[in-house]
Amino acid sequence: MTAAALLAALVLAAPAPASEGRALYEEGCVECHGLSREGVDGIGPSLQNVSQGTVDFYLSTGRMPLDKPGNQPLRRKPIYPPEQIAALVAYLGSDEPIPHPDPARGDVARGFKLYTEWCAGCHQVVARGGAMPRALIPPLLEATPTQIAEAVRSGPWAMPRFDAEQLDDRQLNDVIRYILYARDPDDRGGWSLGNVGPIPEGMVAWLLAGIALVLVARVIGKRLER
Amino acid sequence: MRRWLIALFVYLVAKRKRQPVFDEHGRIVEPKPPSPRAELLVVALLGAAAALAFAFVVVYATNANTQLFGLTLGGSLACLCAASVVTAKKLLPDEEDEEEYSAPAHPEEVEEIERLLDESGQTITRSRLLKLAAGGAGAALGAALVVPAFSVGPVLDTDRLFRTPWRSGRRLVDAQGRPIRVDEITERSFVTAFPEGADHKLIGSPVVVVRVPVKELDLPPGREDWAPDGRVAYSKICTHAGCAVSLYRSPNFAPQSPKRALVCPCHYSTFDVARGADVIFGPAGRPLPQLPLRVDDEGHLVAGGDFSEGVGPSWWGARQR
Repeated sequence: MTAAALLAALVLAAPAPASEGRALYEEGCVECHGLSREGVDGIGPSLQNVSQGTVDFYLSTGRMPLDKPGNQPLRRKPIYPPEQIAALVAYLGSDEPIPHPDPARGDVARGFKLYTEWCAGCHQVVARGGAMPRALIPPLLEATPTQIAEAVRSGPWAMPRFDAEQLDDRQLNDVIRYILYARDPDDRGGWSLGNVGPIPEGMVAWLLAGIALVLVARVIGKRLER
Repeated sequence: MRRWLIALFVYLVAKRKRQPVFDEHGRIVEPKPPSPRAELLVVALLGAAAALAFAFVVVYATNANTQLFGLTLGGSLACLCAASVVTAKKLLPDEEDEEEYSAPAHPEEVEEIERLLDESGQTITRSRLLKLAAGGAGAALGAALVVPAFSVGPVLDTDRLFRTPWRSGRRLVDAQGRPIRVDEITERSFVTAFPEGADHKLIGSPVVVVRVPVKELDLPPGREDWAPDGRVAYSKICTHAGCAVSLYRSPNFAPQSPKRALVCPCHYSTFDVARGADVIFGPAGRPLPQLPLRVDDEGHLVAGGDFSEGVGPSWWGARQR
């Protein structure tokens, strides 16, 4: 009992992030990722040699820890506060640092082209996400620029990864700038309908056209009665 | 031939141009003065309908934009409607006659009805021209409705559906025309490539290149040397409805993530990249055509030949090679 209290006091007193990260890891992650981060067969992947961005992405978006192995990790409120995430990143991450994109230096028009080419196939041109068999495609409405860059470079869950050969840092800034724009685009029509594409727009058009047709039919019918 | 056609046209228009006969006594339908102007208007409207429908055919054949399709076809239908309205309002008598039903085989009444019908049409002085105009409008509109069927594809010469720009030794380039090096394709990457120097918009051009771990690879027989170190290329055009296959599931932990597969966003046809793009889900009826890959001396990806089968949405002869 006293030994445990002493240990806890030691852990709390020592601010060295890596050792704090180790303690957090042993408390929250070993069950699926193994004592020496080698992974558990069929349950959780190895975390040896993962980039700092990968760790930061999964923890800062609340995707890890997972309730049940095999579930798709989805965005939720992060379990760990930022300083604990930093500690886990310091403990688990490789030498590859967290990316620091600067969307202010990006270009919306170039970003739109790149986004259409690389991202819109799954995430939709309006960044509202979608679905594919056995996987949900998350919307990009809440992701921070850093989290977007981390996801692009690491390829979480079923997403392919895009390295600097395919999408260099400057192009990544353009893409993120476009995503930030797509969250709140200029609605030239005035009525965005959630910006989810042509299907709701078409349905509204059909609805309005249907009402107009019924009204016209009614007017004609009234005139015939007279 | 043309002169004969003109002669026929003039003959048909001019043949038996009757003077209207107005039998003033014993009429049932109130006499209505003939209105040649309204008749001309109807003819003009029918002519406009025919011209617009013909314009649709021309516009469709020359690949103009969809707004023009709508404008011409919609305009044609609107003119037809207007012609019908003018005919009903101005040319046909709007008298409503109520008659009691009577037993058949009353010759006087049968005759009366025949006369009624006959006299109703007497106000029309140019019925032949009107019929001709209506026929012309109908024929042109029919043509406008039939013409889009030619877009479904070639009927006789289906051989050209098999032609693609891919040749043995042709380099794979990205959308900007930059050749793709073999080591750029890693197990988590997803790259769209085109044949160097060819039109990217041809249906046979775009391919997706991904890398499958060699031990997972299980290609159909005869394709053993088509995938250098697990790099495989498939046509990006879905074999179901021709959408771009733009989704890629790339598991970062195979036991728990969904299986590696290409997915079409239109109807979720799912293709197993490790097994020759076999369909594992969705409406597609055949696998994506595979492009054999090789690596040239400079380390760039090049095609080893043409696709394994016909590219694009399936047609009746798609499996004939």
